[in-house]
Amino acid sequence: MKPRSLQQAFTGFGFIGLWIIGLGVFTVYPVLASLYYSFCDYSILQKPVWIGWENYHNLVRDDLFWKSLWNTLFFAAFSVPLGLVVSLALALLLNCEVRGRAIFRTLFFLPSIVPIVASSMLWLWIFNGEHGILNYALTPVFQLWGGMPPAWLGDPAWAKPALILMSLWGVGNSMIIYLAGLQGVPKELYESATIDGAGAWSRFWNITLPMISPVIYFNLVMGIIGALQVFTQAFIMAGGPAGNPSRSTLFYSLYLFSTAFYDLRMGYASAMAWILFLIIALLTWLATRAAGRNIHYSN
Amino acid sequence: MLPVYAALIAGAVLFSFPLLWLVLTALKPIEQTMVFPPQFVPKAYYAEVEGRKVEVVLGPKVEEPSSWGEVIAGPQAGSRVLVSPDAKADPNFRWIKDVPAGWRVVTERGEKLSAPGSGAADVVPPEAIESRVKLRWGNFPTALAMMGGRSLEELEGTAPSVNSGEDARAGFPLFLANTVIVCVLGVLGAVFANAIIAYGFARLRWPGRDALFAVTIATMMIPAAVLMVPLYGVFKSLGWIGTLLPLWAPAWFGSAFNIFLLRQFFRTLPEDISEAARIDGCSEWRIFWNIILPLSTPALAVVALFHFLFAWNDFMGPLMYLTNKRSFTLALALQEYQSQHTGVQWQYLMAASAVTILPIIVLFFFAQKTFIRGIATTGGKG
Repeated sequence: MKPRSLQQAFTGFGFIGLWIIGLGVFTVYPVLASLYYSFCDYSILQKPVWIGWENYHNLVRDDLFWKSLWNTLFFAAFSVPLGLVVSLALALLLNCEVRGRAIFRTLFFLPSIVPIVASSMLWLWIFNGEHGILNYALTPVFQLWGGMPPAWLGDPAWAKPALILMSLWGVGNSMIIYLAGLQGVPKELYESATIDGAGAWSRFWNITLPMISPVIYFNLVMGIIGALQVFTQAFIMAGGPAGNPSRSTLFYSLYLFSTAFYDLRMGYASAMAWILFLIIALLTWLATRAAGRNIHYSN
Repeated sequence: MLPVYAALIAGAVLFSFPLLWLVLTALKPIEQTMVFPPQFVPKAYYAEVEGRKVEVVLGPKVEEPSSWGEVIAGPQAGSRVLVSPDAKADPNFRWIKDVPAGWRVVTERGEKLSAPGSGAADVVPPEAIESRVKLRWGNFPTALAMMGGRSLEELEGTAPSVNSGEDARAGFPLFLANTVIVCVLGVLGAVFANAIIAYGFARLRWPGRDALFAVTIATMMIPAAVLMVPLYGVFKSLGWIGTLLPLWAPAWFGSAFNIFLLRQFFRTLPEDISEAARIDGCSEWRIFWNIILPLSTPALAVVALFHFLFAWNDFMGPLMYLTNKRSFTLALALQEYQSQHTGVQWQYLMAASAVTILPIIVLFFFAQKTFIRGIATTGGKG
């Protein structure tokens, strides 16, 4: 190597040094170790013992694994599309030229930065079966059919819907991303479409949606990744990692966490983590394929 | 435009009501949190009872005019009961006085208001009860003390302290200090380390740079769950379990997302300024420190803000690594408090939650533009 490029290399590695340590210690080593542990019997107290595919073999026959996977997919199947629609609706409203836009934007956005521990406490109170404000509001609605509102987090059939409802409160982040996308759509497109006689619906369908399709795709992928790893609100609102009531909120991350840190079955938990990785990769790939040619990149 | 406004206002009510409800609940006395239908505004009630006007607590509603009396026979003998006036003829019942329809009341401190020794709350007709808005700010200090593990009885001085030794010193000030340490040290690390690293990727040439950058981007796709178990092992072998170190020290070694974000920003700065400085004999470090960093404050602010938000809100990290109550952060202390007082005293739980939320709300109002720009340009931290 020439002296000059050698010096450049030294300078470069000087700047990058911290990251080489960080990448190695906090990412690359853990990834490799996790893969290795997933083929081991490992409790962190003793050295890992190689057991081949046994963890994966046992997982397939583990009812709780399937239960937690089902719960997680159920949660994602509702919270992701509903979140996409609600945040897009809010962004479309905010994109109209209205007075007090900044105030509305603030009100819609703020819930998304509330610490999740605190918002879980708040929603525990709102969903409270006896004194909760939600059931007070819903009682007349349910009485129309002669029923009573559910106990939400106390009812296995309603605990997941409660968490889905709560997740919609935090869509402020994706709303802001949509809003940025909407503001990037050239005004001339709407103007010429209006001249050509396109109505509001047709402009939305033929201009807005294609123009913001990259943003929809981004929010979809981020939504899937986030929903599949739902943890904190379920941990707090069910009072621990058991997924109460009746394991109805035992989400994948909760089961993984309790397997690793309560049962100290670290090898089994590592195998679960890799299956989660594969599921996320698969769903992201599916979303990318489904989006495929429908995504319009303007530049 | 009218439907747009209607929808915006409906949305604003739905989105802001939960936080409003949190604050209103935090400012109520306990009995006002449990009435049905719910009472929206925290109030104080005043009634004139036996010639004095006192603040009272409304008890159960008495629908019909009734009589107070004492049971004088049977297993219930000696207890005071409220019965219909017809019961006066009952030989097992000693009549004390007639009361109107209204609310049973006790004083705010729980003193009974009826004739001395009668042992029963008095009944006051609705028209004799005055109400005024009263916010119980006193719930906040109580809630914070309870978060530190003290019981309500202990705070009222009716029970001795149950905490002794190490845990006795764990309280809200310590939880707040721990959270601030994790946030501040984490933010400093995230800003400086990522800026230095991103400079190396954005504005220097060295062999393997692009390959390492590709690896860096690829690591963003690995879910946290995959890293969780081995990371715990790494921190354990470093002797960091039970300390705050796992929560802030890794930020000093960079993170893929922030490196990506800052690299993109650094690349937008013209190469000419660096070249001019190099010709003047500036070292690469001085170009970075004196020229590039000052030009990059908007991007650095985004990194700082997002890291602060992440560190303040983080729950899983503290749950995994903090084993001793004295090292708890606010998020973990709040959850611990809630798990030990399930289902009661919502006003204290809401007060403690409000205290945890407040700094984030304040931060938002000071850094609103940075928030919105950061999310809009990067898609947030996911």
